[in-house]
Amino acid sequence: MSFQGWLLIAVFVGILLLLCRPMGQWLFALYEGRRTPLHHVLGPVETGFYRLSGIDPGEEQGWRRYAVHMVIFNTALLLFTYAILRLQGGLPLNPLGFDGASEHLAFNTAVSFTTNTNWQSYGGESTMSNLSQMLGLTIQNFLSAATGIALAFALFRGFARRSATTIGNFWADMTRVTLYLLLPLCVVLAIFYIASGVPQTLAGSVDVTTLEGVKQTLALGPVASQEAIKMLGTNGGGFFNVNSAHPFENPTALTNLVQMLSIFAIGVGLTWTFGRAVGDQRQGWAILAAMMTLFLAGAAVAYWQEAAGNPILHNLGVAGGNMEGKEVRFGIAQSALFAVVTTAASCGAVNSMHDSFTALGGMIPLLNIQLGEVVVGGVGAGIYGFLLFAILAVFVAGLMVGRTPEYVGKKIEAREVKLAVLAIAVLPLMILGLTAVASVTEAGLAGPLNKGPHGFSEILYAFTSAVGNNGSAFAGLTANTPFYNGLLGVAMWVGRFFIIIPMLAIAGGLAAKKHTPATTGSFPTTGLLWTGLLIGIVLIVGGLTFLPSLALGPIADHLAMAGGQLF
Amino acid sequence: MNKDFTTALRPALVMTLLFALLLGLAYPLALTGIGQAIFPDQANGSLVRDHGKVVGSTLVGQAFTSDRYFNTRPSAAGDGYDGLASSGSNLGPTSRVLAERVKDDVARFSGTSPGQPVPADLVTTSASGLDPHISPEAAFFQVDRVARVRGIDRAVVRKMVGDSVEHPLMAFLGEPRVNVFKLNRRLDAFGSKPAA
Repeated sequence: MSFQGWLLIAVFVGILLLLCRPMGQWLFALYEGRRTPLHHVLGPVETGFYRLSGIDPGEEQGWRRYAVHMVIFNTALLLFTYAILRLQGGLPLNPLGFDGASEHLAFNTAVSFTTNTNWQSYGGESTMSNLSQMLGLTIQNFLSAATGIALAFALFRGFARRSATTIGNFWADMTRVTLYLLLPLCVVLAIFYIASGVPQTLAGSVDVTTLEGVKQTLALGPVASQEAIKMLGTNGGGFFNVNSAHPFENPTALTNLVQMLSIFAIGVGLTWTFGRAVGDQRQGWAILAAMMTLFLAGAAVAYWQEAAGNPILHNLGVAGGNMEGKEVRFGIAQSALFAVVTTAASCGAVNSMHDSFTALGGMIPLLNIQLGEVVVGGVGAGIYGFLLFAILAVFVAGLMVGRTPEYVGKKIEAREVKLAVLAIAVLPLMILGLTAVASVTEAGLAGPLNKGPHGFSEILYAFTSAVGNNGSAFAGLTANTPFYNGLLGVAMWVGRFFIIIPMLAIAGGLAAKKHTPATTGSFPTTGLLWTGLLIGIVLIVGGLTFLPSLALGPIADHLAMAGGQLF
Repeated sequence: MNKDFTTALRPALVMTLLFALLLGLAYPLALTGIGQAIFPDQANGSLVRDHGKVVGSTLVGQAFTSDRYFNTRPSAAGDGYDGLASSGSNLGPTSRVLAERVKDDVARFSGTSPGQPVPADLVTTSASGLDPHISPEAAFFQVDRVARVRGIDRAVVRKMVGDSVEHPLMAFLGEPRVNVFKLNRRLDAFGSKPAA
């Protein structure tokens, strides 16, 4: 560990806190449907889209209609991408002449990108044509992110509105977020990436004769345009197999910092937007404080473990921290920080191979996802996931003092608590259930590359990542098989929509309630006590369920590593 | 409920197509145009040409395994530095395969520079398998061998390495590093005679 490494973490958090308010204000304008300066340019596109598709953006939707329209739209997107991937062999912009993807790979990938997971069972440069990358995948990166933010807006309205039957219009929310936030920011970011060395071309590859006289073929493509939204939308699906570790996706320490900031920017902004929407900025800060505490704890442990290195390699005469699966330009600090950021959010991009982390260093990304990716979390998904935990936390506090719990002016009753538990229970049920299935079937056991407890960790990580819609991997697992593509595809779909639908039901129920003004008897949902309670609930409800599985995987692996045991 | 479904169909289909045109085609193609016009070097892979022939990219590593050159890190991309198959080893901390591979590489490097602990990056595979860099320690570690094989004075090679070290931005962003491709081109440009 070095002073520079800690300074990096401090500067990263400092910039984030500076970004929080402007990003939150911009999001609030979109939440309210206000005009922005960008309407001069993109306003006609917005109204044109509504007119052609027969949408009245002013039509208010109840939670059921909001949910149905969102699911149908996402299903249409799923089928669209599936078709592109299957047919890519006969479509243009396929310079390397790839065939169409297999049924199970196309299914897995289409689900993966629609659900904002961006799990990759394939290697981008050896499987996907440029057209598939652009038309099949980049579009999903935008729209799955916009869907997530729209859903967060819907839940905010549930808290903010009084005696209302509606929670907004899905099409208007989704379109505005795409046009006035994601697209313009991505244009700026993509130009920055190109200037930094990220390729943006329709060529498929270039041949090189190396100094040692060997032929090397470098894959190229429209990388920068995908890279920008991949990070900003917390998607994480890389153009290349190794994602942001590839020098063409992430060439410098500066692009790396910008990528990490992109992952968190919208997520932290939404905490501010939430505070503004419910009329009490401190509510947003309390959530952000709980998120940042959990984040810093994870970053510290991961950095410490990776810097300490692997004693097995030290005994072989190797000096220094754990560099297996890491790039020299990022070193230990930027690799560990990136791993924590990408799993705290539901991004899943990687700039180092999590599979090769030390046992405990690799456990932190895993645990981050198991907590429900609520430490900042995916765009939209993070804050609505966190608010589900907040509902549980006020419920627990209410039990302790024997009063009906309230949160930001709404009474939290049996219906809300049941639905929140239902949504949160999806994670352990799916993750642990499917991991168990894969651990005892032949097709499942054929997957892991590593032996011993680490092999189990690979399986556990895969299902955790899929259900959590993260997309990062212990990538040694061979997942491009009908068994894994199928199961992981189902896991991603359930992990996305079986949380969203109860969440929207909560939003609809809350919107219908009257405002309950805070009294001296109300449990305060700002301040240190509340932040501490939130952290406790996230760790106990989110984390404790997974402790036995962690003991079998990374913790056993750690003990083996310390004792020099090889598998 | 039924009406919720029927009212969703037209917007879902038309919006999918409209956004496909905007985000899937117009956006990446416009950026391709901008990139090719303003930053043609970077947009095409930061390639380096010698007499019109592409000899490498300043960003992507290539395999250097001979003793005449500063070696790059071991690579898990294809058979090594395969630009169409980026990959890490994905071997975990308790992997026997990893331990044995590292042991072999340590023996190989210790043979040419005995008595010093081997810098970690020199015997570990990178995340991409295409890492263009090694640490300054890993470069200095190889000076004696390269100087001996090329028949150049050790101090000259050492200075070449020193001049090749790239420093972190603003002292904390990134790591000190040496671009092996650039360093080896310097070495070639120095015009050495290979020692017998």
